[in-house]
Amino acid sequence: MGVVLVLVIGSAIAVIDAKHRSRKLFSQLQALKKQQDALDVEWGRLQLEQSAWARHERIERIARTQLEMKMPEAGDIVVIKP
Amino acid sequence: MRRFIVLALLAMGVVLLGWRAVYLQVFNTAFLKSQGQSRHLRSIAIPAHRGVITDRNGELLAISTPVSSVWVNPQELIASRAGIPALARVLDLAPDRVRRLLARYSGREFVYLKRHVNPDVAARVRALKLPGVYLMTEYRRYYPTGEVAAHVVGFTDIDDGGQEGMELAFNKWLTGVPGRKRVIKDRLGRTVEDVERIRASRPGKDLRLSIDKRLQYLLYRELKAAVIRHRARSGSAVILDARTGEVLALVNQPSYNPNNRRHLRGDRYRNRAVTDVFEPGSTIKPFTVVAALQSGKYRAGSLIDTSPGYIRVGRNTIRDHRNYGVVDMTHLLSKSSNVGATRLALSLRPEQLWGVFTRLGFGQVTGSGFPGEVGGLLMHYRRWHEIERVTMSFGYGLSVTPLQLARAYAVLANDGRLVPVSFVRRERPVQGRQVIPVHIARQVRRMLEAVVSRDGTGHRARVPGYRVAGKTGTTHKSTAGGYAEDRYVSVFAGMIPASHPRLVMVVMINEPTAGEYYGGAVAAPVFARVMTGAMRLLDIPPDDNGVIETRARRAGRHS
Repeated sequence: MGVVLVLVIGSAIAVIDAKHRSRKLFSQLQALKKQQDALDVEWGRLQLEQSAWARHERIERIARTQLEMKMPEAGDIVVIKP
Repeated sequence: MRRFIVLALLAMGVVLLGWRAVYLQVFNTAFLKSQGQSRHLRSIAIPAHRGVITDRNGELLAISTPVSSVWVNPQELIASRAGIPALARVLDLAPDRVRRLLARYSGREFVYLKRHVNPDVAARVRALKLPGVYLMTEYRRYYPTGEVAAHVVGFTDIDDGGQEGMELAFNKWLTGVPGRKRVIKDRLGRTVEDVERIRASRPGKDLRLSIDKRLQYLLYRELKAAVIRHRARSGSAVILDARTGEVLALVNQPSYNPNNRRHLRGDRYRNRAVTDVFEPGSTIKPFTVVAALQSGKYRAGSLIDTSPGYIRVGRNTIRDHRNYGVVDMTHLLSKSSNVGATRLALSLRPEQLWGVFTRLGFGQVTGSGFPGEVGGLLMHYRRWHEIERVTMSFGYGLSVTPLQLARAYAVLANDGRLVPVSFVRRERPVQGRQVIPVHIARQVRRMLEAVVSRDGTGHRARVPGYRVAGKTGTTHKSTAGGYAEDRYVSVFAGMIPASHPRLVMVVMINEPTAGEYYGGAVAAPVFARVMTGAMRLLDIPPDDNGVIETRARRAGRHS
């Protein structure tokens, strides 16, 4: 009888401990998830920003006006056949 | 005695208490437990974001970013009326409107005040600390390419559901499944602790389209310029990968900005390249020639007499611009002789022409899966009258979408193989269906090169260094009472490099009103401008031997 009582109490405490640990890990997981979400958001924002800077229209405008680049004329192109 | 009574009462008390304990603990436990938990445990949704749409190279076309939506509990907010003007100012709303809203929904506990506000506005709302005002996370869709890819990509409504284009076609694929989790909340509704996850949220899957953003931009710019220059009502253009059937670029005019759709009418949303049909006119003639060659009655060198430049069919007269005399197939196409096409059609059985057109996919949707796609009209040959049998041969009496026309030209480009059209990037090459014999496809392709030669109708589609095959078309628009004399559709359909075609393109410009209206003058230059850039972007080597050799010699001399 005494042995069973000890075992029962022991297992009860183990359950409490397991539950506690699971909650701790879960809240850790949630914190990490939150972090992941935040990083996702930032990544999305950065992608948007990058695509805004990399708009073809903008690149072309800068290439033509600031860098004074132009398309090579047909006569300027040399094709080297292997 | 007294002692006995006291003991009995106490014993009764113990029994009663014991029974109550058993009653609560054993018989009522489930009810009580759930009641207790419902006072602090809450199950809340974990939002799942919508998948990203990219072009074939992974460049962003649509992305969801979280934004805040402001909602109020009118019953709580009415208690603190003083804060309403400040709140309205932050949200850029009229205070009276907010008050009216609150009055109207005073019985509710949830009313959106403003959806999708910027993070800085959300922070200012939070700083007001008004009771009954809450923020929730929702997703807003951004389209970095704006109007350039609007018709292909489509857009979503405010609840993140696909409404048009690929957003609609792949809505299920893109949509995420929100999860649920259980949390412990305190009296004020703040989350104290996450307890467990009931269901994991599954974010939407990403979608990689077949579009090439660089070509898309190039095509959009040139089509828009052409539509403006020729003061046209609308325009569409498609570029297909000849070998895989993938849509590399597809644009329409007028377009719209999917990021800001207020004040827009529905007809701008229409993807005209797949939803609007037109009579293809002369661009159909290469397929009439295919039918003639396939019948065995004609060979590439066969001669057809088109004099005196017109021909009577029943009560109608078919005319050419002038008398071209005796022509071979190549000249029939390069001069675009209606009389020649008529003579071919009259010498064939109707089902021969119809068979070729049907195998090329006219009259049927392309199976691209694009929402709202139409299949055009191709009447069954049993219902053709004599005049239809003839007009079909030069592209009147049937209607096609620009995408369908591009697919038919892709068959010529692909040595007679029809590959299904796709808006999604193909990971593996697909086996097409041989619908035209290889040698006939090649013959007709060579003939179409003559159309784009120096003295052909399509000479303005020439791209330096490359061989181009293509056909122009100019059709009168059909109206209620017949064909309009002064309203035209200008078309050019072509492929490049003609030796081993990689790209097929169709340009269609609807009702140019600035004077020029011939397909060769309005649509063909768009082809040349876009393809000059496309050849460079895709690094496709020139195939015009004359040009290559002189360059090679020159390069040798320099070194």
